[in-house]
Amino acid sequence: MASEPARKSAPTRDPRERTDFDGRYVGKPFRRVDGRAKVTGQTLFADDLSFPRMCFMRLVRSTVPHALIKQVDFSKASEIEGFLGSLTGADTPEPFGILPVSQDEHALCPDKVRMVGDPVAAVAAVTEDAAIEAALAVEVEYQELATIASVEEALATPEPRIHDYPKEGGNVHKAVSMEFGQVGEALAGADLVLDDLFFYEGNTHLPMEQHAAVAVPEDTDRITLYSSTQTPHYVHRALAKVLGLPPSRIRVVACSNGGGFGGKSDPFNHEIAAAKMALELGRPVKITLTREEVFYCHRGRHPVLMSMKTGFAQDGTILGQHLKTALDGGAYGSYGVASTYYTGALQTVTYKLPAYRFDGVRTFTNKAPCGPKRGHGTPQPRFGWEVQLDKAAEKLGLDPAELRLKNLEEAGRTTANWLKLGTTGLERCLRAVVEGSGWKKRRGKLPEGRGLGLACGSYLCGAGLPIYWNHMPQSGVQILLDRAGSVAVYCGEAEIGQGSDSVLAAITAEVLGVELADIRLCVADTGFTPVDLGSYSSRVTLMAGNAALEAAERARELLAQAVAEHLEIDKDRLVFSDNRVFDAGEPDTGLSFREACIAAEAKFGTLSTVGSYIPPRSPGKYRGAGVGPSPTYSYSASVIEVEVDVETGLYRPIHVWIAHDIGRSLNPVLVLGQVEGSVYMGLGEAMMEEQAYRRLPAKYSSSLVHKHPSMLEYKSPTFLEMPPVTSYLIEDPDPEGPYGAKEVGQGPLLPIMPALANAIHDAVGVRIDQVPIHPHMILRALAAKKTGRPARFGPAGFPQVDFGGTLHVPTPDQGGDGRSIDDYRHKLRSGMRSASGTMTTREEALQKHGKLTTD
Amino acid sequence: MGITISVEVNGTTYEREVEPRTLLVHFLREELRLTGTNVGCETSLCGACTVHLDGLAVKSCTQLAVQADGAKITTIEGLADNGSLHPMQQAFWDEHGLQCGYCTPGMIMAATKLVEDNPDASEDDIRHGLKGNLCRCTGYQNIVKAVASAAKAGGAR
Repeated sequence: MASEPARKSAPTRDPRERTDFDGRYVGKPFRRVDGRAKVTGQTLFADDLSFPRMCFMRLVRSTVPHALIKQVDFSKASEIEGFLGSLTGADTPEPFGILPVSQDEHALCPDKVRMVGDPVAAVAAVTEDAAIEAALAVEVEYQELATIASVEEALATPEPRIHDYPKEGGNVHKAVSMEFGQVGEALAGADLVLDDLFFYEGNTHLPMEQHAAVAVPEDTDRITLYSSTQTPHYVHRALAKVLGLPPSRIRVVACSNGGGFGGKSDPFNHEIAAAKMALELGRPVKITLTREEVFYCHRGRHPVLMSMKTGFAQDGTILGQHLKTALDGGAYGSYGVASTYYTGALQTVTYKLPAYRFDGVRTFTNKAPCGPKRGHGTPQPRFGWEVQLDKAAEKLGLDPAELRLKNLEEAGRTTANWLKLGTTGLERCLRAVVEGSGWKKRRGKLPEGRGLGLACGSYLCGAGLPIYWNHMPQSGVQILLDRAGSVAVYCGEAEIGQGSDSVLAAITAEVLGVELADIRLCVADTGFTPVDLGSYSSRVTLMAGNAALEAAERARELLAQAVAEHLEIDKDRLVFSDNRVFDAGEPDTGLSFREACIAAEAKFGTLSTVGSYIPPRSPGKYRGAGVGPSPTYSYSASVIEVEVDVETGLYRPIHVWIAHDIGRSLNPVLVLGQVEGSVYMGLGEAMMEEQAYRRLPAKYSSSLVHKHPSMLEYKSPTFLEMPPVTSYLIEDPDPEGPYGAKEVGQGPLLPIMPALANAIHDAVGVRIDQVPIHPHMILRALAAKKTGRPARFGPAGFPQVDFGGTLHVPTPDQGGDGRSIDDYRHKLRSGMRSASGTMTTREEALQKHGKLTTD
Repeated sequence: MGITISVEVNGTTYEREVEPRTLLVHFLREELRLTGTNVGCETSLCGACTVHLDGLAVKSCTQLAVQADGAKITTIEGLADNGSLHPMQQAFWDEHGLQCGYCTPGMIMAATKLVEDNPDASEDDIRHGLKGNLCRCTGYQNIVKAVASAAKAGGAR
C-alpha cells in the first residue's frame, strides 16, 4: 500500500462518539507494556549497551565559570595506557542549540568557557578508567573573565558579554513586552489593586538515570547514536549540523529514559562529541555522565523574579494584570526564548483576564543553563498568581474557592492573548477538592499551626507549533500487518516512563480488536520510525495518540474490506474484537484476526498504513503568539493541609487532595501515576529542591560554583516526606484528544507550590512569597508579624529593565483579529505577507508549491 | 595489579581478577554484564544499585568487589524463578509501582529484604524501610501499595 499523505488536523471522528463504548483497553487499568522488562532488569538503558570494540570517552570540563581557553595540552594524557584519541573545539566548530534562534552551544568549546562544567576537550580510551585518567591528565590554561551570578548582575554588567549574538545587547538574552487590551485603564478602575513580588528559585530534574550515549559508526559518514534522550528528532538535527553529514546518514535511537522531566530534551554536547569521536576512531564510543555532570547539563527550572500587579472589582471580578518576569537563564540559550514567553503565556487560561500585559526578560549568567522542567516556565507565574488570588480573597472577604469559581474561563473561548481553549474541567476540579478536603467546614477553623490552602493550574496538551516551524506532521505512526497476524507499530515517540508505549499499544489494540501482547512496538528510532517530535510539552498522548488512531483505523478499513468481501456481508456490520473480525448480527460468522490479515494481504498486497497529526492553527498572529497555543488545555486544582511548628518553622504537608481534568483516561492507573508523581515533584520544589550557586572566597578565585552538584546535598523528598494523596480524575472527553484524552504529565504539578504557601498562611498567618519555603522564612515572617511589620517573607524589589517596545494586541472582546496593531502598521509599511512573525497557513504554503488541491 | 575473587552471583560461581578499586556495582554490570543493577547517585544515597549480599540488602556502589570475595549475591536478574516472577516483581508490575523503571531493580531488592525481615510490615514500616531508595517518578504511593500487596501474597518467598 502506498502511504497516504498527511491531510488533516482533526481526528477522523468526534471522539465523543467513542466514549460510550466498552473498551477492552481504553479506559481500563491495564498493566504497562514495558512493565515486565522493568521489574526483571531487562530494560536496556543507554549505559547498559555494549558493542564489540567499544571504547569510552570522557569530557574535560571547565573548572572555572568564565574564561578564554588559551591552551589545551594532551601530552600527559596521551601517555596514559589505553589512550586512543582526543578532540577539542577545533574539531567541532559548528554551533548547535535546541532553538533555531539560539544556536549558541558547541560540542566542545572552541575559545571560551561560560560555566563550570563547560566541555573543553574529549578523550577516548580502551577502558573507562583509562579515559577518566586521561581526562584528568589534560592540562588546560584559562584566562579568566569577570563572572555574572544573577539577573541583577547581568543587567548591571553589560561587559564582558557572555554571548555576543542577542540583539538586546549586554547580557540580556531575550526581552519581550506585549499588552492585550488596556491594562492601565483596568487597574485605574479597580476597587482593589494588589502589587506583589514573588521569587521562584531554580531547581533541577534529577532523573535517576545519568545521561548516557553510545555512538556506533557504520562507515566514515554513517552513524547510529543511542542515547538517553526525550527528543531523538532534535538530536538528529543537531548531529547532522555539527558533523556536517546528510541527515539521511544519521540514525538516533532513544533508549528507554530513566526519567526525563524535561532534562533530556536538549541535544547535548556529550552526544555530539561521542559521535564525532566514533567517526574519528572508527569504533563505538560510549559516554556515561557522572551525577556531578548531570547537574551541569541541567536545563532545569529557571530562577524567576516576578512583579505581579492585578486589579479586582469589589465583587471579586478580575479586571486586569500587569506581570513582569526576570529569568536567570544560565550560560546558554537552550529553550530560554520559549521559557521567557511561557512565564507569561498561560496566565490567561484559568480565569477570565480581560486585560493583560506581560513583560519578560531572560539574562545570561555563568551557571548551568536553565530550560524546560515539568511545567516549563509556567509554575513560577502560576505560583505568584495563585498566592495573589489567596491574598485578594482575604482582602475582599471572599472564600478563595468562590473567588476562583466566579472568574473561571469557559470552554471554547479565546483568551485575551488569543489562546483558543478546548474543554475546561476546572470547575469540576475545584468542586472535587473543596468537597473532598472539607474546605468549607475546616478552612480557617483548624487549630493554630494547622491550615488548608487551595490553588489551581492549567497546562498545554502539546505545543501548538513545532520548534522548527513547518507544515509537516508533528507526529506520525506507521502500522505494518502481515500474514502472521502480527501488528507492528512504528512511531518516533520516546518512552521516558510516562507510559507512552502503553498508550500507543492500547490504542492500536483497541481499534484492531487484538491483545496488547499481539502488538510489537518500534519507537524513537529516527532511522526507522516516522517522525514524532519527542516527549516534551505533554504532547505524546494527544499527538502520537491521534496519529496511532488514524493509522489503526486505516488498517482496520483494509481488513474490513477484505473480510466483508470474503464473508459477502456489508463491512459496516463487522466487529473487531477478541482477535476476531465477525458479523455483529451473527457473531459466529467471521474470521480470526490472522485470517483477516491473510485475506487483506491477498487482496491489497503488503499491508501498511500510516497516520499523522498536525495541531489546529491558533488564532493568535502577533509576534510571540507561537508560544502558548495548544490543541486543548488540561486543568487541575489542589487543596493541601499543612502542620506548622511556630517555634521552629518546621512544617509538614499532612494531606494533598488533587483533581485533574484528563478529558478521558486512556488508562486511569497510568494517569494517577502521573498525578501523584507531579504532586511529589511539586512538593519537592515547594519544600526543598534548589539548584543554588555560591562564589568561592577571593583567595580561591571568586569562582561561581554550584553549591552542591551531588545527590547527597541536593535534597529531594523520600518516602517519609510524601504525604497521603487523594486524587480525582475529572472526565469530559475533549474533541481534540484521542478518545477525548488530554495531558497529565505536567499539569498536576502546577497547583502544588501555591497551595502549600496558601496552607501555611491559613495555618500561621504569614505569607511566604517564594519557593522553596524554608523554615527560617516562616520564622522571619512570624517575627515580623509580632513587631507589626508585614507578616511576609519574599523578594524586596524588581530591577529596572528595558523590555523593549511593547506590542499592543487588541483582544477578541475588543474585536481584534489576533494581530498586534504594531505588526499591522509594520506590514502596511513593508508590504510583507508575514511580518507578524507567523507563517502563512499550511494550505497557502502548499498551494504555492502546487502540492495541494483543496477539497 | 589485580586480585582474584570468587563470588556466587544468582547461583553461579565466578572467579575473576579485579582491580582493588573496582566497585561491586561495576563488577556486576561490566564484568558479569548484569545490567539490571543501576547506578544513580554514586554516593550511596539513591539505592538504585541495591543487591542482596549474604542475606543483606546492600548498595553496591559503595562496596568494593574485593569485599564481596566469598559472598553470595543476588541481583534483580536472579530474583525470578525461571520464568515465574518473584511476588515482589509481580506486585510492582500489577500495582503500577514503577514508571521509568530505573530505580525499580534496587527498589525491588530493598523491598524483598524488608518483607523477608518483616512479613507483616505496615505502611509506616515500608516507608521507613525504603527511605534509602529514591524514586523521581511515582511519588512513592504505588510502590508502597506494591510492597504491601507483595507482603500479603507472601513476598518473602
